[in-house]
Amino acid sequence: MSRSEANRQARNAPFKAYWIHHLRTLIASLGMLSRHPLSSFMTTAVIAIALALPTTMYAALNNLSQVSIGWDNSAQISLFLRPEITEKQARALMAKLKLYDDIDSVKLIPKDLALREFQKTSGFGEALEQLGKNPLPHVIEVKPVIDQSRPDKINHLIKQLGQLKQVDLAQLDLQWVKRLYAMLEIAHKGIWMISILLGLAVLLVVGNTIRLDIQNRQEEIKVIKLIGATNAFIRRPFLYTGFWYGLSGGLLAWILSAFSVGLLADSVDRLALLYTSDFQLSGLSFAEAMTLIGFSCFLGLAGSWLAVSRQLNDIEPS
Amino acid sequence: MIRFDNVSKRYPGGHEALTNVSFHLPRGQMAYLTGHSGAGKSTLLKLIALIERPTRGNLLLDGVNLSQVSNHKVPYVRRNIGIIFQNHHLLYDRSVFDNVAMPLIIAGYQHREIGKRVRAALDQVGLLSKEKCEPITLSGGEQQRVGIARAIVHKPPLLLADEPTGNLDPELSRDIMQLFERFNQVGVTVLIASHDLDLIQQMGKPVISLSQGMLVHNDLQEVADVTL
Repeated sequence: MSRSEANRQARNAPFKAYWIHHLRTLIASLGMLSRHPLSSFMTTAVIAIALALPTTMYAALNNLSQVSIGWDNSAQISLFLRPEITEKQARALMAKLKLYDDIDSVKLIPKDLALREFQKTSGFGEALEQLGKNPLPHVIEVKPVIDQSRPDKINHLIKQLGQLKQVDLAQLDLQWVKRLYAMLEIAHKGIWMISILLGLAVLLVVGNTIRLDIQNRQEEIKVIKLIGATNAFIRRPFLYTGFWYGLSGGLLAWILSAFSVGLLADSVDRLALLYTSDFQLSGLSFAEAMTLIGFSCFLGLAGSWLAVSRQLNDIEPS
Repeated sequence: MIRFDNVSKRYPGGHEALTNVSFHLPRGQMAYLTGHSGAGKSTLLKLIALIERPTRGNLLLDGVNLSQVSNHKVPYVRRNIGIIFQNHHLLYDRSVFDNVAMPLIIAGYQHREIGKRVRAALDQVGLLSKEKCEPITLSGGEQQRVGIARAIVHKPPLLLADEPTGNLDPELSRDIMQLFERFNQVGVTVLIASHDLDLIQQMGKPVISLSQGMLVHNDLQEVADVTL
């Protein structure tokens, strides 16, 4: 070993020792937690449940949004034609509508066909026969081109179609999808509110646990202050304890939410089969799970920081 | 090493624990601090260890005026002092080895170095065979010696002891005091507070006496005169 190399090593030694100390404290604080498995687990479980609740709701909502995106694409406008319009006139209108840029496809439901279907399915069959005359109009089903970026375009189209002289009423069968969207948005906001409140709860749970821990170890803190420990040195194991609470709580929250989604998945699969849909319930993506765990670690650290920085200055040897 | 210059300490509430105390303990000197309980012995030691701050006067430790040391720097001053307490102040949730290693860990020593120094310190107090024991399984005298090992493991230039033999029988007490003399022989400055006058007289070292917060006897004056 050359002299300069030896010098460099000597210079790096305290630096290296500092990081080794960090690593040791990290592991030692984990060991400390494992010495009280029951209380550590209970704290972890409280954190996990507080985080799993909004996480599961978030996952469920994500699935709902995905389903409704599919419905959005199948939006259609029903044009109820005036009663005096004949089937021939209706077909002519249909041909004209096909030329619109905003219209993807059109389909005519002649009133005779509609009546037959209605008789079959409604149970009003006999009453309708006594009417003698078919009360139903011809209907043209218009499937618009959906432009996600311009939702107002579809309203414009409805207005345009409603003004046609052959058309009695143009109706978008999308009103309920819109309502669903509005509800989903409210739910999204609600989940954010719940997440913030429960995140705060996690912060306080960790903070309080660490605060009690500090109180229990007050004598020890006084002793090591007397032998020259800095506040940073004393703070470190408590911060790492908070970090471990956050990490284990986040992991457990992930498992809990995956488990809840898994429980639902079977029933959803059966339901999807009935609707001949290939929809599958999905849990959190990997990135989302990592975000959850990262957030949880942050809360654990922040909670312990709050507790430690407040208390440490008050504990002085006397 | 330690210089008290008209130092007074008044606690909140008005009790004056020390009044105009002045003395100088030279580097490498060993001395005993005596007086009845309540005379101000513990307060004097606490001022040196920066556990308390003087109300008036100057206190110099190794040339540094302690009143100018900010709270932030206090730990670094304490690292140069080995403190021994009457009730040991050991950490009972870890082994003897880990207790003694504490000052080295705080100061950021490397792992290998820590093992060597801890064993050397335990060897000096005669407890090398007990490094893996829990402190609670040791006798009072042994626990006190663990405390001493912890105080000297990082080789501080100054040792302070507050009633180190308070709970021990006379024979053990003399052993402990002789241990302190051995440290003094290798150049460590030692100040021991004790009310055990018989024992102190046997040891034959300079004595400082306090009575109701005032210095009433100071052998160190003669020491200083002789060295001058």
